[in-house]
Amino acid sequence: MNDGLRSVVGGRIDRARPVHFTFDGRELTGFQGDTLASALLANGVHLVGRSFKYHRPRGILAAGSEEPNALVAVRRDEARYTPNLPATQVEIYDGLEAHSQNRWPSLSFDVGAVNDLLSPFIPAGFYYKTFMWPRRAWKSIYEPRIRAAAGLGESPTQADPDRYSNRFIHCDVLVVGAGPAGLAAASAAAESGARVIVCDEQSEFGGSLLGEPDGERAPKIEDERASAWLTRTVDVLTRNPRVTVLPRTTAFGYFPHNLVGLNQRLTDHLAEPHPDSPRERQWQVRAQEVVLATGAIERPLVFPGNDRPGIMLAGAVRTFLNRYGVIPGSRAVVVTACDEAYRAALDLRDAGVFIATIADVRGHASGPLWEAARRAGLAVQTGTTVIGTSGRLRVNSVRLARVDDHGNVVGDVQTMPCDIVLMSGGFTPSVHLFSQSRGKLTWDDKVRSFVPADPAERVRSAGACRGTFALAAVLEDGATAGSAAAGDAGFVNTPRRPAAPAVDSAIGAYAGALPQPGHSVGAKAFVDWQNDVTTRDLAQAAREGFRSIEHIKRYTTTGMATDQGKTSNLNALGFVSHEIDKPIPEVGLTTFRMPYTPVTFGSFAGFARGDLFDPTRTTPIHDWAARNGAVFEDVSLWKRARYFPREGEDMHAAVARECLAVRNGCGIFDASTLGKIEVVGKDAVTFMNRMYVNGWTSLAVGRSRYGVLLRDDGFIYDDGVVARTAEDRFHVTTTTGGAARVLASMEDFVQTEWPDLSVWLTSTTEQWAVIAVQGPHARRVLEGLVEGVDITAQDMPHMSVARGRICGVPMLLFRVSFTGELGFEVNVPADFGLAVWEAIYAAGQQHGITPYGTETMHVLRAEKGYIIVGQETDGTVTPDDAGLGWAIGKSKPDFVGKRSLQRPAMTATDRKQLVGLFTLDPQVVLEEGAQIMCERGQQTPARPIGHVTSSYHSAVLGRSIALALVAGGRARMGATLYVPMPNGDVPVQVTSPVFYDSEGARLNG
Amino acid sequence: MLLIECPYCGERSELEFVYGGQAHIARPKNPADFSAQEWTDYLYQRDNIKGVHAERWRHTHGCGRFFNALRDTTTDHFITTYKVGESPPAALNTAKVGP
Repeated sequence: MNDGLRSVVGGRIDRARPVHFTFDGRELTGFQGDTLASALLANGVHLVGRSFKYHRPRGILAAGSEEPNALVAVRRDEARYTPNLPATQVEIYDGLEAHSQNRWPSLSFDVGAVNDLLSPFIPAGFYYKTFMWPRRAWKSIYEPRIRAAAGLGESPTQADPDRYSNRFIHCDVLVVGAGPAGLAAASAAAESGARVIVCDEQSEFGGSLLGEPDGERAPKIEDERASAWLTRTVDVLTRNPRVTVLPRTTAFGYFPHNLVGLNQRLTDHLAEPHPDSPRERQWQVRAQEVVLATGAIERPLVFPGNDRPGIMLAGAVRTFLNRYGVIPGSRAVVVTACDEAYRAALDLRDAGVFIATIADVRGHASGPLWEAARRAGLAVQTGTTVIGTSGRLRVNSVRLARVDDHGNVVGDVQTMPCDIVLMSGGFTPSVHLFSQSRGKLTWDDKVRSFVPADPAERVRSAGACRGTFALAAVLEDGATAGSAAAGDAGFVNTPRRPAAPAVDSAIGAYAGALPQPGHSVGAKAFVDWQNDVTTRDLAQAAREGFRSIEHIKRYTTTGMATDQGKTSNLNALGFVSHEIDKPIPEVGLTTFRMPYTPVTFGSFAGFARGDLFDPTRTTPIHDWAARNGAVFEDVSLWKRARYFPREGEDMHAAVARECLAVRNGCGIFDASTLGKIEVVGKDAVTFMNRMYVNGWTSLAVGRSRYGVLLRDDGFIYDDGVVARTAEDRFHVTTTTGGAARVLASMEDFVQTEWPDLSVWLTSTTEQWAVIAVQGPHARRVLEGLVEGVDITAQDMPHMSVARGRICGVPMLLFRVSFTGELGFEVNVPADFGLAVWEAIYAAGQQHGITPYGTETMHVLRAEKGYIIVGQETDGTVTPDDAGLGWAIGKSKPDFVGKRSLQRPAMTATDRKQLVGLFTLDPQVVLEEGAQIMCERGQQTPARPIGHVTSSYHSAVLGRSIALALVAGGRARMGATLYVPMPNGDVPVQVTSPVFYDSEGARLNG
Repeated sequence: MLLIECPYCGERSELEFVYGGQAHIARPKNPADFSAQEWTDYLYQRDNIKGVHAERWRHTHGCGRFFNALRDTTTDHFITTYKVGESPPAALNTAKVGP
């Protein structure tokens, strides 16, 4: 297949291995080693996409990851559909299915292109200014339509079926970029014996060397052709067991302390990926020393009509020609402000392409490459610029002219027919990672760019990414940096410096827009290709008073697309600098943020998906609950049985049945998730006195007490029953969700405030299974099972604790109740939890024992007015607010939070206090979180005096109940208040928060 | 992600640690003698330093110990870490901060 679009020989493609793929359904053929971009060009396809806002036809501008135009979607199947991939980074494989984006009905005829004609009416800020009224229409009408018309690719419609892995790794020297500088650095570091990781975003190592011609005209490194040097160097690195070589791996982010995030693409280039292989692997590399050899990105030139398909970066054309053997046109016009374009022109000419002219925008051209061009007979016109182009789906001519400083055309305008335009505005060093590492940048006037200055991390930049471009200097720079990095990591070495040609092709650079004839109407000069930002948009922003580049960026969206302005930022900066008459360094630079190029969500998620997203904690009784139909809820990381519905029951019916079973018979409840902390030591009681509001000195061994913990600001932090199991030992329980933070807080005090106390804290949450047996028949159920402990009302009164055995295993038995009924909590070692549960359940059958879940537990405790921390409290509730003032040990000189309780705001009488609410209509159940008003029909801004914290239907009372925090609530008993709801105010009456058995007779039964 | 040197275990990734706020704020022994303003200051007022900050960390997913650190808030570089009860090194104000 040679129709003049491929060179006869050369390039790094494998001409013996044709690869078949489709683009928008059209069957095409490329070679192994092609990217989608090179293969499309080799098939004569220049039109590959439509622009973001104006739907203008767009082609391939660049050859690397900076490509702003040629974004495609690659589809493997319904779920494996990846949009917005630069065609320059998609490696083709047999069966690749690629699609263009943002066009309808087709790429060559796109209805949305009408936006291009309307463009005078949609300048920067148009959307913000125009679609303001009616406000409501923004969400429902304007935004969806604008989004549909503008835009990039579509999302896949199914969950991602691929796997993504991640890896942490340490190394002595991390080298980012495997062009000549990176390879020289990695080689130098590796020779010293350092552990080296070297990565490159491309499929092959070599960087700029891959774009050099081979054969006679190849540059020489150490007296061999660059390609041979490259093969040998990569081979030596690959064989070195202390070197990790990572192609297709993008260093996307630079984090503190030399942590660099790498994303390795493992299967996207394969026709048939191994089913066990992850698609991508994210490496988190902690490097002693980092060498950045990230190269430079060629800058486009800004002239009217500079976005037509066929207008490409000169260096990209060189890469397509030399690396892929692609001849992207037959008649070329070259426009340049940099010597690099001369090399491209010479290479193209050698491949048989007619060079119509080289328009050098500089007033004067000189140097070896210019001379070579002259010798080759190429026409060079200095001081000449492009004032327009034509060609609907591909460029077919350019208009060249001289333009003076006042925007006047001097002399004739030449119209040059062509099918390809090469442009070069010089090179922008890729300082992204250096800047992310918080290193300082400085303006280099020679390369018209920012380059690295003072580093903030242990990092060096080498080669083009710091403005060094000639191959000899780049290799030396890399070797020096690699050697020095290894030296700083503790490895002694003397680097070899590979010799190479010293010709610098990156001489000359331009930032901003080329001089244009004044008052040119209609033609757009693009600065940001991907977001369709033109010089006119930037000029308008400057005219409207924007001065900060950060503001101009956000107003015009320049540099805000998926390419993050890799090809556009410097030109935007140069243009703005000219418009507001301030030098570029004073205009400043927008912040570089990770990721360098887009990274898939899957890569960040790694294995943390589905069941592995978070650890799941289950109790020893979990499987029993699952077998018995429990519906579970998540409480922190725990799975807790919420209720046990029977055939035909909804939650409401199940909870009502479970509640009545506990009130009238007996229920069994898995309380194993309660946090448990063993507090041990001769100063244990002192510690407890200081931590809790309660007094513990008088608590006898074998007794327990409800304890309340505050933070030092006086607000409730946690609560739970605490038993004294020995003189020097407390069995502390916490809320399920609070266990870890309570232990952390206690450790904080023990370690940092009271290191003199002899006390040890141990989490025992998972050592114990806790089985609550609650209800009037609870004692009868347990009687026959427990040994060594008398559980009669006399010997085991409410809040007592005893050791004994149950079913032959050791037991810590609490007489305790969170239901208001006679109740026990059986603590047994976790491994016996299920067996003991089943034994109790079997023994309880004759008493109608009923398993109940957390929802029932919540209703039962609310009927008794017991609070739940985090439901009745929200970090602003004091013990007195919650009706727990009684728990405070009044005689203690100090405890955590005590001083705060005396602050004036904490003793105010209008603080929100815990009360009960009865709706006047007993069947109405309030919404938890609803606001409470003291008058009907308040208009906004209303003044709520409180809110509903808990609300349920109570089966035993046959009506709804609610707990609430209400300002001065205890003084409002009997008052009628109002809960405003969408359907009108719900009147409620303030009542005691204890709705059931307020004298506690059942509890003490 | 920071690299933090636990004085007991050595260098570990930030993943293993929990930040503990400003260091060297001892809880008063006699809170009852504090005025409302003094107590409020103790509870809520913290330095917001641009530069070297003395702060607490806990090696929660390691030895579980609290310790103190000097960190430059402008660069995130740690100057040193030291055990609870030890005074911050005299280098506090003169430390070279950088890579």
